[in-house]
Amino acid sequence: MATTEVERRRGQLAALSIAAVVIIVGVPLWWRTTETYRAWLPVSQIKELAKLQLHLSADVEVVFARGTVTPEQQKKVPLTQTQNMEHRVDEDTALSYRYETRYRTATIMEEDALNQPTAAEADLSLHTLSESPSGSLVVYVIPESSSLLPQNVDVYIGQRRTALLRIGSQMRVGKTLEQLLAHMEPRIKQVLHVMSFSHTDITAALSNRVRISPGNKESIADSMRAFKSSPGYEITFSLLNPDPKSHRLHWDIEGAVETYIQPLLTKLSPVANFSIDSQTLYYAMLGVNPRFDSSRSTYTLNADSLAHVINPVEARLGSNAASSNPVLNFLLYIPDAHHSPLYIHDHKKQQVPTNAFHSPRWGGIMIIRQCWVYNVNEFYEVDTVFPVDINIDMAKVMGVFLAQLRLLLGVQSSTPPPGFLVAPCGNAGLADWELDRLMWSRSVENIATATTTITSLAQLLDQIGNIVINDNIAQQVSSAVTSLQLAVSELEAGNLGFALQYSKEAILSSERAFFDPSLLHLLYFPDDQKFAIYIPLFLPMCVPILLSLLKIVSEARQKHREKKPKKD
Amino acid sequence: MYFLLVYMYIKNHVYMFPDLLGCHGKCRRYLFCCFQDRAGQFFSSGHTNNWAVLVCTSRFWFNYRHVANTLSVYRSVKRLGIPDSHIVLMLADDMACNHRNPKPATVFSHKNMELNVYGDDVEVDYRGYEVTVENFLRILTGRLPPSTPRSKRLLSDDRSNILIYLTGHGGNGFLKFQDSEEISNVELADAFEQMWQKRRYNELLFIIDTCQGASMYERFYSPNLMALASSQVGEDSLSHQPDLAIGVHLMDRYTFYLLEFLEDIHPASKTNMNDLFKVCPKSQCVSTPGHRTDLFLRDPGSVLITDFFGSVRKVELTMETINLTDPIDAESGELQKEMHTYADQLPVSEIIHQKPKQKDWHPPDGFILGLWTLILLVFFQTYGVKHLKHIF
Repeated sequence: MATTEVERRRGQLAALSIAAVVIIVGVPLWWRTTETYRAWLPVSQIKELAKLQLHLSADVEVVFARGTVTPEQQKKVPLTQTQNMEHRVDEDTALSYRYETRYRTATIMEEDALNQPTAAEADLSLHTLSESPSGSLVVYVIPESSSLLPQNVDVYIGQRRTALLRIGSQMRVGKTLEQLLAHMEPRIKQVLHVMSFSHTDITAALSNRVRISPGNKESIADSMRAFKSSPGYEITFSLLNPDPKSHRLHWDIEGAVETYIQPLLTKLSPVANFSIDSQTLYYAMLGVNPRFDSSRSTYTLNADSLAHVINPVEARLGSNAASSNPVLNFLLYIPDAHHSPLYIHDHKKQQVPTNAFHSPRWGGIMIIRQCWVYNVNEFYEVDTVFPVDINIDMAKVMGVFLAQLRLLLGVQSSTPPPGFLVAPCGNAGLADWELDRLMWSRSVENIATATTTITSLAQLLDQIGNIVINDNIAQQVSSAVTSLQLAVSELEAGNLGFALQYSKEAILSSERAFFDPSLLHLLYFPDDQKFAIYIPLFLPMCVPILLSLLKIVSEARQKHREKKPKKD
Repeated sequence: MYFLLVYMYIKNHVYMFPDLLGCHGKCRRYLFCCFQDRAGQFFSSGHTNNWAVLVCTSRFWFNYRHVANTLSVYRSVKRLGIPDSHIVLMLADDMACNHRNPKPATVFSHKNMELNVYGDDVEVDYRGYEVTVENFLRILTGRLPPSTPRSKRLLSDDRSNILIYLTGHGGNGFLKFQDSEEISNVELADAFEQMWQKRRYNELLFIIDTCQGASMYERFYSPNLMALASSQVGEDSLSHQPDLAIGVHLMDRYTFYLLEFLEDIHPASKTNMNDLFKVCPKSQCVSTPGHRTDLFLRDPGSVLITDFFGSVRKVELTMETINLTDPIDAESGELQKEMHTYADQLPVSEIIHQKPKQKDWHPPDGFILGLWTLILLVFFQTYGVKHLKHIF
């Protein structure tokens, strides 16, 4: 009797201890070993970044030359004004622009510089006096009597960051400074619109974040044409020779790239890295048949047939397999002997002066003009010895390619308002204020893209509970968040160079985090599949434990019930 | 169900509806009076480049027709202008050189061996066992390891129109990959949503030719998606014609009639999507093809076939040139005399003298454990359990 009691007690103890081990040790162990490793992400900071508040500020200096202000007005100068403009793009994005304008009078050296015979020389000597930092502007106000600008031109925009503004004389006498400033304000606003950031540019740069209904048709075309912001680009120059039997081509591509293209790319180095290569393709045809124009005895290509030129050639172009950067292709086509000379005609049947066309986000194609080729005097006489040596004038060719490169990289050259004269951009191919505009829009675009990437990554990781978040991803996300916060604050302070640099770092980190190969979600388990996996494992083990526990409980209750009448 | 989807979509993406339809009508008028130097097609669609992802998800000889389907679509897409660098082709590629192929190095799509779709210039990006669900999702979302070459990546941007064509064996809500794994419609919809978040496409056309194909596009919720399927839920897609010499069915019905339709398209044609929806009616296809356009912003009647199947470039005439006056340095001519050397592609000396990599220790797997258990059991069976205490 006692032994059965002992046996029963031993059995109860065994069941209880097994149940205790299962619950205390087993369940936490199973939970810890089946949870996915998720490193900590700064979710609250990411949520803050989802509501983007961008403040852009520019410093403008307005310098009055002698003869533009009366002595009473001059007493009130120097003066500083600040203008703020707020725009709400959508519920998550808000922009505010601030222009800090300082008014002062010109120094003696600046007056000397403004006394040069032409505006271009004045611009050059003003630049030697002082160098404006990135993102700022200087506007020199010159009197009506000055001969720097031609008759119908009121504003001259230089190659650096200066502009010359001529005011009418009737506003000078007997007016206070405030009235003078109010009169000049529309003109200065136009200058700012051309030389510094404008609302249309900035909102276009935000297109990754906000789907805006496109304004005018020019802005649609502009937004489609330029490449998106990328840390690097590859530029390929290709020479297409469809007829090597007739033409032997010589082009000094290395020298031309070094002299003409490299200065632009060096100037653009804060914006992106560029790598250049070149190739020659033989027997590469155009794919469309040109028509013979007997009135001009030349061959012509219609503008409508140009769209079909690119595809047959593209298959042969090739690209650098090692990088995933966007590629810009520039092709120079030398027509074969039977279709020479070849010109492109626009919709009005007029010859296009550059003889070139470009395709948005792809590159440009140019057909060589006869006058840009040396060593071919009278083309194709009866006794010409083939192949003919042809030396290509790289300066003209690169002039066209440089213009196409500017368009494809997003250097907007919209028509300036009437009365404006914009200086040609010089040998670097890019004016300083154009670089500033590009840097503004690139910074904003990078910040917008990086915030969208980070917020959508956080949302994705939140939604899908069983993606593993490794430490390196968490680190990239944290560094992206830090860089973004720094970029936004630098933009607000007006330090354009730093803002662009931080925004580039933010983009790199956020892209690396978003496109990390380990973030692949292949673990879609519907609930019934989860049950189907766990039940065969746990049910056979839990059923005996549960039953024995139930038996213990029912026996204890029975004993308790037996004890109760005894107590009575 | 549709109402719920549409309601949720509108709730989440209400700020994303651009006024494209409004500007479409005004565009043409504006064009001819102000922008004669821009080509006419510029504003009809918002894309600048085209990509195609063509996937055949079956292997083995009896699934010849799936490979022929995919290769036929590949040929059409190449003929209409999309270059190989913009096509990602995933095939098991075990048909052309299969031992059972009576005409090696060929894959035919019409009986009596009329059209060899394999040809000389097929560029298969993922072949054999590389065609997996994981690789497919990696291509779509862009999460490829950094060593992946350019030809295996989908390098699309926010102005790319992408065509995705899937064929193989499928069921209600899933598609079978290479007879060993499957992709579900939820995973596919999530992949497209991730593509949309990163703006990896402008518009996407999804065509699927499998049994119960319509179930694969039921769960899509990202904008700008148009989907076509060869059969509805509960129906099977049937194959078209067997060839007695090869011994297997050569094509599926839907893709056969799709191909006939595409043969009439050339790069300048103006056929639109409404004609594509009419391809292969029930009388020819036996199954009922379906399509889904509620997530697509433009009206399907204004979408050209060549917007997805071809690659018509938009061009602008270059009107400006920059006056360059610096002469090229004479010094650079001397650079050409420098001899060009060939860089070492592989560090051969390092590879030869490499030490073998230390392999990580793994605990013994099931086979070894089972073998030892068997040996121990046999031992104790023969010699009795009482020897157990000598062991432990």
